[in-house]
Amino acid sequence: MSFFGFGQSADIDIILNDAETRKKAEHKSEDGKKDKYFLFYDGETVSGKVNVTLKYPGKRLEHSGIKVEFIGQIELYYDRGNRHEFVSLVKDLARPGELTQSQTFDFEFTHVEKPYESYTGQNVKLRYFLRATVGQRLNDISKEKDIVVHTLSTYPELNSSIKMEVGIEDCLHIEFEYNKSKYHLKDVIVGKIYFLLVRIKIKHMELDIIRRETTGTGPSVYHENDTIAKYEIMDGAPVRGESIPIRLFLAGYEMTPTMRDVNKKFSVRYYLNLVLVDEEERRYFKQQEITLWRKGDVVRKSTSHHSVIASQRFEGSSNPDKSGCQSNEDHES
Amino acid sequence: MADTIADTRRLFTKPQNLNDAYGPPSNFLEIDVSNPETVGVGRGRYTTYEVRLKTNLPIFKLKESCVRRRYSDFEWLRGELERESKVVVPPLPGKALFRQLPFRGDDGIFDDSFIEERRQGLEQFLNKVAGHPLAQNERCLHMFLQDESVDKNYTPSKVRQA
Repeated sequence: MSFFGFGQSADIDIILNDAETRKKAEHKSEDGKKDKYFLFYDGETVSGKVNVTLKYPGKRLEHSGIKVEFIGQIELYYDRGNRHEFVSLVKDLARPGELTQSQTFDFEFTHVEKPYESYTGQNVKLRYFLRATVGQRLNDISKEKDIVVHTLSTYPELNSSIKMEVGIEDCLHIEFEYNKSKYHLKDVIVGKIYFLLVRIKIKHMELDIIRRETTGTGPSVYHENDTIAKYEIMDGAPVRGESIPIRLFLAGYEMTPTMRDVNKKFSVRYYLNLVLVDEEERRYFKQQEITLWRKGDVVRKSTSHHSVIASQRFEGSSNPDKSGCQSNEDHES
Repeated sequence: MADTIADTRRLFTKPQNLNDAYGPPSNFLEIDVSNPETVGVGRGRYTTYEVRLKTNLPIFKLKESCVRRRYSDFEWLRGELERESKVVVPPLPGKALFRQLPFRGDDGIFDDSFIEERRQGLEQFLNKVAGHPLAQNERCLHMFLQDESVDKNYTPSKVRQA
């Protein structure tokens, strides 16, 4: 029927039930564009409605079944034909038949397992999405709606510092220390570099954060390195006994949690690279892996009505001097 | 405001010893290539340069040395370093084959401005090479810089702390 252009067709819309209250998160797409998607966590229920709107009201639409799927999928860019689905749930909304008018179908995927975090990288993409399909003889009508999943962790029990002495014999000996080995995405790297021996002319020193995305297995493993940050921590030539402090705030950089062997398909790991450059542009470096994890947002405890107002006044006023604030508070009471 | 404030205090560090801070540098290495002199007569002439070294690096046996070297000695050194060490050796100033052809308007390879250009290139080359920690381990570099003459039949080896 759809051959001749006058056949009936339909538009599909997927609407989530908690669209008003659910938070959205920004996620960069393959071409670099940033967009906001609804944010879900592992175990949360995904429920909503599928609206099937007929293009030409009055005409009927024959179909071979209407269904909605929840899919978690890994796609390797160099092997796009083979998309690997690690979560695949289906709900049938209508048996084969016909629609005489536009209709809305409810659906609910209860406590869906979402074991991995959404990730769009250089060579691989992991995404979760809902797909509603109206089956047709020739070409199904379908619509996809992407969501973003974050995986949360709590403070690790064991979080030892990284402390090491490295160098080139008789030329350069340093001792570096980073306060932790596992950092959350809004954490601060606090550390120091102590110079034990300096026999070369150093020009500057920087700390780089490198992301290494590993795809493929066995003989066809491919690593893609990306320098996310370069932070100069020293300018000039140090001497023996000098200690250079490090304080690097991670919240300013776009990073994901460390992902190890996700579904045996890919890994995303982060490294701190300490780089020293001498007068002749020779580079000396030491790379160290760190584990990144995502901390859940702290839920704001309900504060008294009084202090909520007071803090709002303080944040909102252009002259936040104490006396002004206090007189308002007095007025309130 | 709801999150706890991160602890960004510096890690504990020992205060620096005054001698370390203000004492003599442990890393000075100065190499000068100067005083070009043309020796010999007729077609057998060649130019030698004075290579003067001043250092306090322990890897060098002599803290001060002064030797005379010609361009082919530099070429030999470069070849040895390329073969023996894993260093990417910087290039030498040009070989100037054209200048060695007859019937030139100027003095060819004995032209003052050419010698000066070459002298500068050789000085840059030596400073880059001698400052490299891996090149400093090569016997050929020490022989070139500090021995009276270059023995091209030497046995290549590594030098440890002098």
